[in-house]
Amino acid sequence: MTPTPLLSVRNLTKHFPVKSGLFRRTLGVVQAVDAVSFDVLPGETLGVVGESGCGKSTTARLLVRLTEPDSGEITFDGAQIGGRDGPSLRDLRRRMQMVFQDSYASLNPRLPVGMSVAYGPFAHGLHRAEALERAAMLLEAVGLDPARYAHRYPHELSGGQRQRVNIARALAIEPRVVILDEAVSALDKSVAAQVLNLLVDLKERFQLTYVFISHDLGVVRYLSDRVLVMYLGKVVEVGPVSEVWAHPRHPYSRALLAAMPTMDPSRRITEALLTGDPPNPINPPSGCRFRTRCRFAEEVCARREPPLRMLDATDHAAACHMLAPDTGHSLAGGGAEQVGQAPAVGPTR
Amino acid sequence: MNQPSPRIAGGLVGPGQSAGRSALEDGNGVASPNVDRTCSTVLALPSDETALARARHGRGYWKNVWTRLREDKITIVVIVVLIAIVLTAVLAPLLTPHDPLATSVFNRLKPTGTAGHWLGTDEIGRDLWARMVYGGRLSLVCGVLPVTVALLVGGTLGILAGFAGGVVNSAIMRAMDVLYAFPSILLAIAICGILGAGIGNTILALSVTFVPPFVRISEAVTTQVRSLDFVEAARASGSRTALILRYHILNNVLGPILVYATSLISISIILASGLSFLGLGVSPPSPEWGLMLNNLRPAIWVNPMVAALPGVMIFLTSMCFNLTSDGIRQAMDVRL
Repeated sequence: MTPTPLLSVRNLTKHFPVKSGLFRRTLGVVQAVDAVSFDVLPGETLGVVGESGCGKSTTARLLVRLTEPDSGEITFDGAQIGGRDGPSLRDLRRRMQMVFQDSYASLNPRLPVGMSVAYGPFAHGLHRAEALERAAMLLEAVGLDPARYAHRYPHELSGGQRQRVNIARALAIEPRVVILDEAVSALDKSVAAQVLNLLVDLKERFQLTYVFISHDLGVVRYLSDRVLVMYLGKVVEVGPVSEVWAHPRHPYSRALLAAMPTMDPSRRITEALLTGDPPNPINPPSGCRFRTRCRFAEEVCARREPPLRMLDATDHAAACHMLAPDTGHSLAGGGAEQVGQAPAVGPTR
Repeated sequence: MNQPSPRIAGGLVGPGQSAGRSALEDGNGVASPNVDRTCSTVLALPSDETALARARHGRGYWKNVWTRLREDKITIVVIVVLIAIVLTAVLAPLLTPHDPLATSVFNRLKPTGTAGHWLGTDEIGRDLWARMVYGGRLSLVCGVLPVTVALLVGGTLGILAGFAGGVVNSAIMRAMDVLYAFPSILLAIAICGILGAGIGNTILALSVTFVPPFVRISEAVTTQVRSLDFVEAARASGSRTALILRYHILNNVLGPILVYATSLISISIILASGLSFLGLGVSPPSPEWGLMLNNLRPAIWVNPMVAALPGVMIFLTSMCFNLTSDGIRQAMDVRL
């Protein structure tokens, strides 16, 4: 049915203990990412959306192992990372690269950008001259003339140019997966659009797979094939982007999509569907983590955590008690469809 | 944003123009490669090869620093003065016919301008100019050597602590806190007291005294740099730690540490002079500015010019080092 996933994540968990005081007592645990599972298919773009602090960036860092996960498995191309037959961490890092949000901080201010791009291949054993050669090729690929830009320092470039350099840097060691952590969020809209177009071109040219993390739903819609909605360290919904946009099934996804600014007066919402801040991730609500802000929360939501369940044949899954008939939620089963008709939350075309 | 369009159009381009490839240029001058190529053929045909070569090798960071430094007139003057001071110390035997140790009971405390002793003589008739130039040797060594030793030891420990973090960091930093608990002059006096007076022990004592501040500074800078995205990116590219240290940490922390080192040289000279003044550093017959200042102290009423000269030299040298370090710091700030 579906192709074998290129990257497969199972029960990925990262909790950060909050320590304080003289004896470093553990005051609480931030459950940044809690039992997250998903697949990334070869050649696709998986969008990851959610509010600030929902664990998007931590997930990205766990994928490239900049942060060590507490538990969970990451399988790359059928082999488990760190397993006996699987690739080593160093191999993994060759195959997965990351582009960060802050284009300035992610470039060494003391190195000419050409050197920054060449550094990856150089660190992997290429000779200096060859590495610089490749850097020139990649700068060209991201639309920066190497003769004019390779010797410049990061502070001599604009934000858009720097982010192009960062993309070149990520591509320099020929990864198969590129994780873009809010890669265009800090750019002006027009520059962001150009960088997005560049990303589309590069994906085609180098046959890349993207994990695209953003809080900008429009950008995710444009770039992604499938989308993953996260809330407080949990996956609440995952599915093809058109499907999720047309029929969001989890109340949180619906609220998120409804909150998107629109140019269409008939689609404007008059009341906020989602109010308040997400609860403290140190002590997340019992059962369904979204229940404290959910209009349809019932007793069962506090008692049991809804599993992520497959909804139909289109690879669309969501974690909500209302979507399964036997959970004891009063709107369970058919009820969810009525909820779907909630005012002004209409699906996009 | 509602409908999938093949391309997101740039800010000023209407949605209908979505396929416009030229809209791909950044607002601030990033041209797509083909546009650029035309430009360079038209404008820069002869220098194309050299431009490419320069692009490949990059202009070194230190070369840039040097370019900026050359424009800073005050720093250049100060550096020239400093070089002159160092040269007089190095070339001392060529600059004076007198032996700095030769005493003459008949020529005590001659004023400046005396024939044969143009700077005058000290309290037992030794030629002051000879003592000044020879004294520079010891004073400069006392200034530079302890700082160099402390820079190597303290810098290494600090970068290690900052980069490793965790237990290693705590162990190193707490050990430094113990040394910090003593006032630096007291620590130096204690070490000299235990090991005995002498130039070698003075240098050792000063080196130990200067290690903690170097550790603290380099630890602070390294910790700050380590958490920046470009170091993370280097780690994520699968690079070995040694390479990350060399290419990403070292060239970002070395600047502040070196600037701190130049500012410490003047303090070191003053401390060494202080130790000599207290009788713990250089022993009496040898010329050293601090010691000379101490010995000439009673003569300030008889011949103020002569008595003040060693002090003036200490002041001049430390000021030169301080101004140099300021100038270098400014030249090294790439964000200027």
